[in-house]
Amino acid sequence: MSDAVPLTTDRPGQVASVTPPARGRSRRLSDRKLAVAFIAPALLLLLAMSVFPLLWALYLSFTDYSATRGGSGSFVWFENYTAVLTSAQVHLRAVTTLIYVVGAVVLQTVLGFSIAYLISRRTHGRGLLTTLFLIPMMLSPVVVGLFWRFMLDAQFGVVNSMLGSLGLEQVEWLTRQRMALASLIMVDTWQWTPFIMLIALAGLTAVPKYLYEAASIDRASEWFRFRTITLPLVWPLLLIAVLFRAIEAFRLFDLVYILTSGGPGVSTETLSFHVYKVAFLGFNTGTASAYGILMVLVVIVLTQLYLRYLNKLKED
Amino acid sequence: MAVSVNEAVPASPVRDRTPPARRIGGGGRGRSVLEIALLTVLAVVMLFPVLWMIETSIKENRDVYAVPAKFVDFQVTLAHYRDVFVDPGGGRSALSVAFLNSVLVAGVSTVLATLLGVPAAWAYSRFALKAKKDQLFFILSTRFMPPVVVVIPIFLMYRQVGLIDTPLGLILIYTAFNLPFTIWMIKGFVDEVPAEYEDAAMLDGYTRLQAFRKFTLPLLVPGIAATAVFALIFSWNEFVFAIFLTSSDDVRTAPPAIAGLIGGTTVDWGLVAASSVVFALPVLVFAYLVRRHLVAGVTLGAVRR
Repeated sequence: MSDAVPLTTDRPGQVASVTPPARGRSRRLSDRKLAVAFIAPALLLLLAMSVFPLLWALYLSFTDYSATRGGSGSFVWFENYTAVLTSAQVHLRAVTTLIYVVGAVVLQTVLGFSIAYLISRRTHGRGLLTTLFLIPMMLSPVVVGLFWRFMLDAQFGVVNSMLGSLGLEQVEWLTRQRMALASLIMVDTWQWTPFIMLIALAGLTAVPKYLYEAASIDRASEWFRFRTITLPLVWPLLLIAVLFRAIEAFRLFDLVYILTSGGPGVSTETLSFHVYKVAFLGFNTGTASAYGILMVLVVIVLTQLYLRYLNKLKED
Repeated sequence: MAVSVNEAVPASPVRDRTPPARRIGGGGRGRSVLEIALLTVLAVVMLFPVLWMIETSIKENRDVYAVPAKFVDFQVTLAHYRDVFVDPGGGRSALSVAFLNSVLVAGVSTVLATLLGVPAAWAYSRFALKAKKDQLFFILSTRFMPPVVVVIPIFLMYRQVGLIDTPLGLILIYTAFNLPFTIWMIKGFVDEVPAEYEDAAMLDGYTRLQAFRKFTLPLLVPGIAATAVFALIFSWNEFVFAIFLTSSDDVRTAPPAIAGLIGGTTVDWGLVAASSVVFALPVLVFAYLVRRHLVAGVTLGAVRR
């Protein structure tokens, strides 16, 4: 048995067992060590960079610590939490976030699924079409946000220019309260419809052909086939995609930051953006931490839901 | 989204695809044409912003701001692309430095995430561990934390240890941010390699580790490469950590640098467009290379075909 294992220089547990007496037992033991040695570094990094910061935020959320004032801040128990939960400002942002998440995810799902359905019915050029449709999804939110900001500009934006040449009225896309939120939803939909499309397409192509053939022998109508074969088979996968998008939309920060900076007024301020303002512009680190922890709780609930469906999908 | 419907007509007439004749039931040919037309319109709407970005990046400034917008009759210039890389006063531009920083940060963090992720993924795939499922779900759920929330304590932590505004700070957070994805994705690839290969090798006298290195690892290379490409794209595109954890021009990566272009009173949209194109091009090329793994990639390794 040569011990040439250059991959791991710092592993002491490897010299043992040149003569294997109770072979099964010793191998199981070294398997265990190997597993620990292989997994520990990854878990340690995650603990240091994800769990520890969250625990720190949890601690800070019970204090009135401020990042600029210095000092360690004094313990205020649940004051930050009651302040956040009873704040009318926060309620407003929660409503904005809800409208945004529901609006964007519903639009993306309907559009994404429709495109996937149309593509799945084609026999030629499917690869090319799919690739083209996927481009927006791969772009950075920075690029997407900047570029739509340019296109939606009220004076020289190309969108208004086109509306003008069609003889339609100009729209203040990003500078009117309600319109700005709608624009945000529209841009997010533009970017993430391909995501739903991609996953729906994966589901649609996995539907066995013989089911359709059997249905057409029975002279089942198109709608009947869609409702009883396509939808039930694609739905579990689609649900995963929808939940995934919902979590992502709930966390969203960069697009808001670039496209509208929360404005006009506070009409496009989502919860994420508000946390940022409280933390980095108001410097109420304690309050922002409590706010953040509450958001994390929501994300954990959503993630649990997501993972549960994922688990169910994997078991089938 | 009726924005660019008028573009659909001149841009691409319905292509010459022959609709499949074997469709049973339904409206047959007419319906097929309708579907193709609908797809074409949707494709044009989805792609128009990208085309407009490319077009803007090669327009003279006065054409960029032209009202009504100029679609075809504009002066072509490569000045904006020059400005991306070369400073007007000579020497390197701030943007090109930011691009190099992005290459460094995204590259190193991807390598680190792969080095940490591959062994962990293999161990999770091969060994019976206590609460394995819970561990894996915990790992994935760290990826779903809102970045704006995580960045508050990370910021304070980095301030304590002097990692604010350093490439190392960004590399560490990006590695942690890509690790869950890397583990899930590669575990899927390891699961596809039969464990019997390793068992057979061990009967031949190899240790477990050697069996992994000599027999399983070579089979994983394409999967690892695809995973690394996704990690590279995620770090390359990342914005939230970058903007809060770095500030100086020497350290800043490309996304905050490009976003910084619109900070002033006048915005040079031609330059924004050119730098966006330069920034997005490698992503699109890489994404095309890993197109077969896109479903797994964009769902963080959770959904596989």
